[in-house]
Amino acid sequence: MIELLTKLSYLGAATLFIFSLRWLNRPKTARNGVRAGVAGMALAMLGTLLHPEIVNFTWVALALVAGTVVGVPLSRVPLTAVPQRTAISHAFGGLAAGLVGTAKYSIWLGEGELTAFRTGAIVVEVILGFLTFTGSLMAAGKLQEVIPTRPITYRGQNAVNLGLLGIALLAGVWVVLDPTRWQLFPVIVGLSLLFGVLLIIPIGGADMPTVISLLNSYAGLSAVAMGFVLENQLLIIAGALDGSSGFILSVIMCRAMNRSFTNVLFGAFGQVQAKAVAGETKPVKSASPQDAADYLINAQRVVLVPGYGMAVAQAQHRVREIYDELSKRGIDVKFAIHPVAGRMPGHMNVLLAEAKIPYEALAEMDEINPELPQTDVCVVVGANDVVNPAARSDKSSPIYGMPIIDADKARVVLANKRSMNPGFAGIDNALYTADNTLMVFGDAKAVLGDIAAALRAENEGKAAA
Amino acid sequence: MTELDLFSMLFALMLATFVGFYVIQNVSRLLHTPLMSLTNAISAIAIVGSLIIAGEEKTVFGTVLGAVAVFASFTNIVSGFLITDRMLKMFREKEPRA
Repeated sequence: MIELLTKLSYLGAATLFIFSLRWLNRPKTARNGVRAGVAGMALAMLGTLLHPEIVNFTWVALALVAGTVVGVPLSRVPLTAVPQRTAISHAFGGLAAGLVGTAKYSIWLGEGELTAFRTGAIVVEVILGFLTFTGSLMAAGKLQEVIPTRPITYRGQNAVNLGLLGIALLAGVWVVLDPTRWQLFPVIVGLSLLFGVLLIIPIGGADMPTVISLLNSYAGLSAVAMGFVLENQLLIIAGALDGSSGFILSVIMCRAMNRSFTNVLFGAFGQVQAKAVAGETKPVKSASPQDAADYLINAQRVVLVPGYGMAVAQAQHRVREIYDELSKRGIDVKFAIHPVAGRMPGHMNVLLAEAKIPYEALAEMDEINPELPQTDVCVVVGANDVVNPAARSDKSSPIYGMPIIDADKARVVLANKRSMNPGFAGIDNALYTADNTLMVFGDAKAVLGDIAAALRAENEGKAAA
Repeated sequence: MTELDLFSMLFALMLATFVGFYVIQNVSRLLHTPLMSLTNAISAIAIVGSLIIAGEEKTVFGTVLGAVAVFASFTNIVSGFLITDRMLKMFREKEPRA
């Protein structure tokens, strides 16, 4: 009877999880998606706690309290830190899978219940779980910039990494053939932990959106493997949903950078620092915030291209003021969001939503590009590579072929930058020296604040007149 | 495990992967960050396995590892759902202009 109730609760939970993701497809129903997810999770946990095998609740209760104590503050981080939080949660997911696999191995080893199948599933779960654990911690460290974000490479790196993984897999096969050879188990755990670290070391900061998505996928797959170990279909289903989501996001990120998985994982991007072309510097035209405001006032269509630099400068609220003042004048303002703007998929949208910019004003790259030739003013804030026309035209550029926002096709481009130093990837940007570009130098928050103030003065003057 | 069990699990995996691909491809790009935090919370369903290991008290080693796994999963559940909801609350429509 109790077993039936447990199984029914799992069936209900799996259904609710699918609805949860289904409702996330658009902002209007998205919060119902969260409610369905919470309901599914509560149902599954209650169904599990009914289990007669659970005899001691002390440890369980302590762990649940500790999880709440750590989980609540983790949900309140600033939105610029959401990528790090996400990486940490991938790490926790991997850790749980690795630990459950290890515990199951030791328990079954003692009971003499290890079959080749169970051992095989445990080996997959443990390798995936522990490499996700350390890999995600490394990614979180790079995102938080406690670990250098530049790629760390050395000769023969890929051979060493693949060699280590190969040894772990061989040890895994051996343990499947002879499950009682427990001495191999710590070797597998140790090598997986080490492999996770070494896998992320050569990956540069610019690739973090892809890496985070890929680790998301691994965390899901380790839950699937746990499902096979525990013979639990709910785990398999929820893990597969997570795994496919991570996979889709990684594919989107790779396409947005025109790179392949192997290239991201083994290519050490950012290493290909373009040799700065010395000499032959075209003159740069610059403008004051007041000039910029004048251009904006006389425009009918304005497109803003925000990049992570905007969020670093905490300038999104100034951007919102500009949006408000221009909208008051009936000027059409849209935001062009490149898929890799920010540090994880969709990051820029969240940052702009926090600044209370309505989501209808946020446009994807593919939808905004055809409109840019009819755009009067395009404002680039803290974005660099995603508006670099070299990606379309210069075959020698490291970013050649990457889809970009065609900012240069607008009639006038206003680009804000601190100085003329090249951006993150160290690539020169021809947009800044183009004939239709005016540079507005200075800190993004200060400059945009000045532009917003000039617009407000203009609007108030108009209202008074 | 019987062969039937193994195959019913493989079928579940295959079908859930298809459902996942279908449902997630329909998620607006606007919401990809909340998507990742939500799927993260959902995959913390690993807690059901951890709960049994932590509570069945078979070996001390197993109980301790199980309890740490419950802690890690429950942290993801709590922070994952809360932060997803927090972000989704921020997405608002244009206010109708007076």
